[in-house]
Amino acid sequence: MSNAQRLSADPKPDEMDFYDPQTVSQVDYTPPAAGWMATKPDFRPGTWIYPGKAKHLEYLGMANPRDWSPADEDWKLPENWKEILLNGIKERLEKYRSFQLFMDLCVRCGACADKCHFFIGGGDPKNMPVLRAELLRSVYRNDFTTAGKLLGKWAGGRELTVDVVKEWFYYFFQCTECRRCSVYCPYGIDTAEITMMGRELLNLLGLNVNWIIEPVANCFRTGNHLGIQPHGLKDTLEFFAEDIAEVTGIELEIPLNKKGADILFVTPSGDFLAEPGVYTCMGYLMLFHELGLNYTWSTYASEGGNFGLFTSHETLKRLNAKIYAEAKRLGVKWILGGECGHMWRVLHQYMDTMNGPADFLEVPVSPITGTRFEHAASTKMVHIVEFTADLIRHNKLKLNPSINDGLRVTWHDSCNPARAMGILEEPRSVLRNVCNNFFEMPPQTIREHTFCCGGGAGLGTDEFMEMRLRGGLPRGNAVRYVQDKFGVNRLACMCAIDRATLTTVCDFWAPGVQVTGLHELVANALVMEGQKERELNLRLEPLEDLAGGDEVTSGE
Amino acid sequence: MTILLPLVVAGVLAVLPALGAHVTAGRWFFGVLFPYFALVVFLAGVTLRVLKWAKAPVPFRIPTTCGQQQSLSWIKSSRLDNPHDTVGTIGRMALEVLFFRSLFRNTRVELQAGPRLGYGSAKWLWAGGLAFHYSFLVIILRHLRYFTEPVPRFVGWVQSLDGFLEVGVPPVMITSVVLVGAVGFLFLRRVWSPQLRYLSLPADYFPLFLILAIGASGLLLRHVVRTDIVGVKTHMLGVLSFHPALVDGLHGLFYTHLFLVCALFAYFPFSKLMHLAGVFLSPTRNLANNNRRVRHVNPWNYPVTVHTYEEYEDEFRDKMKAAGIPVEKE
Repeated sequence: MSNAQRLSADPKPDEMDFYDPQTVSQVDYTPPAAGWMATKPDFRPGTWIYPGKAKHLEYLGMANPRDWSPADEDWKLPENWKEILLNGIKERLEKYRSFQLFMDLCVRCGACADKCHFFIGGGDPKNMPVLRAELLRSVYRNDFTTAGKLLGKWAGGRELTVDVVKEWFYYFFQCTECRRCSVYCPYGIDTAEITMMGRELLNLLGLNVNWIIEPVANCFRTGNHLGIQPHGLKDTLEFFAEDIAEVTGIELEIPLNKKGADILFVTPSGDFLAEPGVYTCMGYLMLFHELGLNYTWSTYASEGGNFGLFTSHETLKRLNAKIYAEAKRLGVKWILGGECGHMWRVLHQYMDTMNGPADFLEVPVSPITGTRFEHAASTKMVHIVEFTADLIRHNKLKLNPSINDGLRVTWHDSCNPARAMGILEEPRSVLRNVCNNFFEMPPQTIREHTFCCGGGAGLGTDEFMEMRLRGGLPRGNAVRYVQDKFGVNRLACMCAIDRATLTTVCDFWAPGVQVTGLHELVANALVMEGQKERELNLRLEPLEDLAGGDEVTSGE
Repeated sequence: MTILLPLVVAGVLAVLPALGAHVTAGRWFFGVLFPYFALVVFLAGVTLRVLKWAKAPVPFRIPTTCGQQQSLSWIKSSRLDNPHDTVGTIGRMALEVLFFRSLFRNTRVELQAGPRLGYGSAKWLWAGGLAFHYSFLVIILRHLRYFTEPVPRFVGWVQSLDGFLEVGVPPVMITSVVLVGAVGFLFLRRVWSPQLRYLSLPADYFPLFLILAIGASGLLLRHVVRTDIVGVKTHMLGVLSFHPALVDGLHGLFYTHLFLVCALFAYFPFSKLMHLAGVFLSPTRNLANNNRRVRHVNPWNYPVTVHTYEEYEDEFRDKMKAAGIPVEKE
């Protein structure tokens, strides 16, 4: 939705126009006079997300389905809520060395404090990663350590109360699990791990948000977060094919649930529906057609993303299981994955362990270049950007980067691919081959230092608008910097959540900059066999209008 | 109170032995019994804690990657910040443990009008931490001369290197000054920064005060009181060889110094100081990022309820057939 469409006379807290950049950026970093244990969170609209609906929890067989609201005094917790939580903590301490260590190790040096985008843009001290973890650690110390049992508050312990649970809900759903703080921590304490445990514990009481639970329920049933049914997915992809035909004059095939394909392609469903992700999805179709790839989409495994990651390890595994199951059913050789952020955290760090071994698949080999992707020898899943970078390196694609000359592009490293994988050079190498104007944002804001869009980990919903804009400040401000300095008008990224949420972040902090996926740029620059002369880009915008480089405010 | 309480406790711990040293029983307690107690608590406590950590499995391989991954042959990977094998991982851990690699990345952010975010270098915490830890290490090595006979040769080298400035008689050791300065810095930044003060616990101040008191009493023993070094060594060798005997004429401050060190050791296993051992176990640092190449096994992996393809097709079969999507069962 564009800025203009959203304008209304009386904007609400879930609309961007309710806020203005000057006011939001007046951040007060002064901590409250009272200590943090005595300060309760302020549940104001714009800072929390609507609770998970009972029907979704019931469908998934999850705890305590009911109607409730964080705004109510009574959260309708089970009677033995405290016992459930303390047992839950105990179980996880025994099952995860990470959790046990991260409870014990922190020296509160504060290196992480100003690394969180929510703290930088909001100033709430409990958004300092160290303090977010202390919310849980204080209970751990009180109930699980000798010092805490003996000395209580003097050992940094505090009793687990309903108010503490409410505070957990507020702050564990104000963390996007982006792992930026973990880069700077001298002991590698990873707040994503803390938040994941916190959310697992909250889920034991039926405390979760609908923006996560509904996609999880959808994905369990229909195969994707959006709840697109098989025939709907076919319609969607055919609709893309029509637009592609309009742009290129080429009619392409859409292989769906095809047995005997070599490759199963899985991508986040966000790109089936939301702009600008749809253009990236069209890009995949065009690339695969041009290569003559023997591949297939799946309606059953029609989701690469996994909101189970934001719920619990068990939910994560339940949803992820479909990918290998479908690869096995269809008899493919290996799996190719689309542009997404947290999807790649799951595929890279969890899938093989949870649902492997994938011994029914083969080590991925590019049928075009012959490159054997040894680094994916066990998982058997390759990132589309690795695949495309390899194609370009071997000169297998005919590219006309000048078609993107109207664009002045910067690159946003998405959190999970950067900090849970390290895919940094592959996209840059692709980008340099498909456009001629590429400018980096400041070094403290890219690569492993990259900033979150503010809406990751299931927080990218409109009722969370204030926090999204605050959390988006560091990223938006870096975009603004290259916009002013180099005339950047396009922010490229390889994450479906980014494509949805950064659009708002740019509209607010760097108006004039649009968001694009990498394969949208690839497809625009791709010279296809038998194509007509390109007059439109994938957004159906006349190239002529763009060539002049509109919105370029200053040149190099 | 967060600052005052640990200060008072550290103060009391410092005064008690000086008073107790006036009576024989006190000298036995502070000079002999408590050191044995502290040593046992330290060794047992650290061992048990590490065993507890080691017992907890590492279900997933979750390194935080801080550089380019190893993927395509023509892309240079970042061997130390994103290691893909054991050698690289050992390198990464060595950088972390010996040079505080992660802390070295630290930046400072400032929100200016505009708005405009500025990022600056912030190496003070890194420098202060490094200075503190290394001077502590050198001081411990220097003190080996009180615990060993004959004294290993390197202890002498450390000693003369540390005192090479040759200021004063006996010469001032550089590390003593650096230690006190670094601990002072770590304390001041904790109090100075409103955020840091807000999140600090008594357990963050207590070790600082304790170490400051240890440093101060040590400096006083060397430069002001000039205690009987031969007597100290006789005492310590007696304790360590399990033939403890009291040496007459040792200054009360010696008992304070020894007791504070022992208190630090006894406190160690129950405190955040355990990061000394814990850093080696941190799963975001000590695992190679070879997730897709080598399968990581979760020892407690268990089957979960999934929505099978059969269930899926049963629900959508008619729609799939109508849309011409292949199905398993007609």
